Amino acid sequence: MTTQTIKIVAVAIAMVVLALLVPRSGNFVVLLATRAMTFAILAMSLDILLGFTGLASLGQAAYFGMGAYLAAILVAKYHVGLGWDFWLVVVLGILCGAALAAFFGLFAMRATGTYFLMITLALGQCIWGLAYRWSSMTGGDNGLNLGARPDFGLNLSDPIVYFYLVFAFFGASLLLLYLLVRSPFGLTLMGIRERELRMQILGYNTWLHKYVAFIIAGAFGGLSGVLWAYTNGIVTPETVVLTTSVDALLMTVLGGAGTLIGGAIGAAIVFGLREYLSTLVPWWQYVLGAIYVMTILYLPTGLMGIPARVRQYLRSNREQAKKKLVSVPS
Amino acid sequence: MNTQFWLVQAFNGVSYGALLFLVGAGLSLIFGVMRIVNLSHGSYFLLGGYVALSVIATTGSWALSIPVAAIAIAMVGLVMERLFLRPEGQFVTIRDAMLALGIALIFRLWIGRVFPLMLPGATGAFIQAAVVVVILAIPVFLILRRISAVAIETDTLRQVLLTVGFAFLFQQAALDIWGGNNMDINPPPLLTQSVVFGGLFLPAYRVFMIAMAVIIGIVLWLVMEKTRMGAVVRATVDDAQMARGIGIDTNRVSMFIFALGAGMAALGGVIGGAFLGIYPGLDFEMLPLAFAVVIIGGMGSLGGAAIGALLVGLADNFGKALFPEISYFTLYAPMVLILAIKPTGLFGRE
Repeated sequence: MTTQTIKIVAVAIAMVVLALLVPRSGNFVVLLATRAMTFAILAMSLDILLGFTGLASLGQAAYFGMGAYLAAILVAKYHVGLGWDFWLVVVLGILCGAALAAFFGLFAMRATGTYFLMITLALGQCIWGLAYRWSSMTGGDNGLNLGARPDFGLNLSDPIVYFYLVFAFFGASLLLLYLLVRSPFGLTLMGIRERELRMQILGYNTWLHKYVAFIIAGAFGGLSGVLWAYTNGIVTPETVVLTTSVDALLMTVLGGAGTLIGGAIGAAIVFGLREYLSTLVPWWQYVLGAIYVMTILYLPTGLMGIPARVRQYLRSNREQAKKKLVSVPS
Repeated sequence: MNTQFWLVQAFNGVSYGALLFLVGAGLSLIFGVMRIVNLSHGSYFLLGGYVALSVIATTGSWALSIPVAAIAIAMVGLVMERLFLRPEGQFVTIRDAMLALGIALIFRLWIGRVFPLMLPGATGAFIQAAVVVVILAIPVFLILRRISAVAIETDTLRQVLLTVGFAFLFQQAALDIWGGNNMDINPPPLLTQSVVFGGLFLPAYRVFMIAMAVIIGIVLWLVMEKTRMGAVVRATVDDAQMARGIGIDTNRVSMFIFALGAGMAALGGVIGGAFLGIYPGLDFEMLPLAFAVVIIGGMGSLGGAAIGALLVGLADNFGKALFPEISYFTLYAPMVLILAIKPTGLFGRE
């Protein structure tokens, strides 16, 4: 078995365990897992940009907010999305996320490096500004209430049923994104990440590849936003605030950028710690801050990169030991 | 909407811009000199306001609170820069030790008291806790020494996440020290009156804000353009490697600029606290505005920061007065356009 197969089997086993164990663990854990999986989709969508294309976006919350507000507005203002038309809202959320990314990408793709970070920040703030001030549409600071979750034979108000639905979306997103990064398109993205100029010389239209990656990330961001709106039942400007984008970045980096599943692990850890600690102590934000600082300084490849780092450490130790053996006789 | 409306709004915009200049200029210089995207800059603003509140509460002097807050936060910035953003030599060891102590402290707080209380009284309990924390910190410290930390100077993403981590730490620390209520800084009565100017009643405090920003701006400009120290800073902004090559200690320059930027943001916090209020969350409200200033003006340019601050201040005020529903959009959309057309900002150098 190659390491790749082992990894896939490990992820599959973890998914099965998740699906079997969580529903037996009480409502708190079910809600926690549902929220973490929703956010994991966002983190994985960001990983397509950050880990596979090498574009650090500081505005992924924009697409998340687009999906969330779309669902909230349709439900609260037009009473669409509480029955079978839930699926319509999901599809619309994906399409709107993609459309927004297609529009924003035209601006963002002009910048690179630090300026890409800045421009995505500004784009994210545009959406936040609209969510915050366009009160007649978004409810302003109070946000929008969705009320009950949809009921179409499947009653999504039941937390366990809803958990399985989000689980299915999460699994499907993971699978689709995995197929994407394994495809020739995904390999081209990785080539761009490593050295864009070389890919251009080889004849690839790198702008178009990056642009399409940006749109795909936006589409999955929109999906996670729709699910987030239904999960929480309320959407406020807090959903699109700068720290949401930063949180998604941290989750990706904490789990390990460029590994896809890393974003999900990061989301689980950040949500788990935050929800668990905030019920225990008022100072949980110290822990969050500490996670940021420690991840950046000591875990450059994230949690998923730890095995490789340990192996490297052991190997260098062995080599040093060998050198000593050789140098003794002389 | 008559002339008076436009004049009053323009005046409000300019005075808000004056405040934004204090925050944005520091951020701009920090980026220009160190190429560091500092997301804890909003925290300096908030912490400056809080320190000023404490100074006013203990001494009753508003005038004293301004320099004290600026210097205190400049020191915070200095420590952060030395230990975490550009650690060299023994500072790496100090950083690891501080992180180990911090983690040990979190563990100690989390698991509660480990041993039965052996020392009597509150002081005894404190000493025992401190000893336990230090003992817990030692293995963490040794592990951290084995794992080499990553250099973050060249990686913008890592700078962003590291400084955001600090912003969260500062936020929680401010909440623990000063509480979560909305507090006001009350300036002396002389500044709370109105000034009549050409038939308009203008709040004296806003006039003071503009005067303050203009004075600081002129002093900074003179230092940057006319002194040797300013020339050294400009050389570092233009080409740090070349500056090092001709014997400029860019390390000291960046330390100085970081402290200056943090101090200016704190100054903004004290001055702005009088009409914005000081409350948790203000840090992340000011941060994007400061970035708007820097981006519109161009990173690393003092004049650009002044123009950028003026534009953002006016756009914010007129946006809120004329199109309240899309007011922030009218602020950030131009920022996007400028970045897309000229990424280095209106006055930034290529």
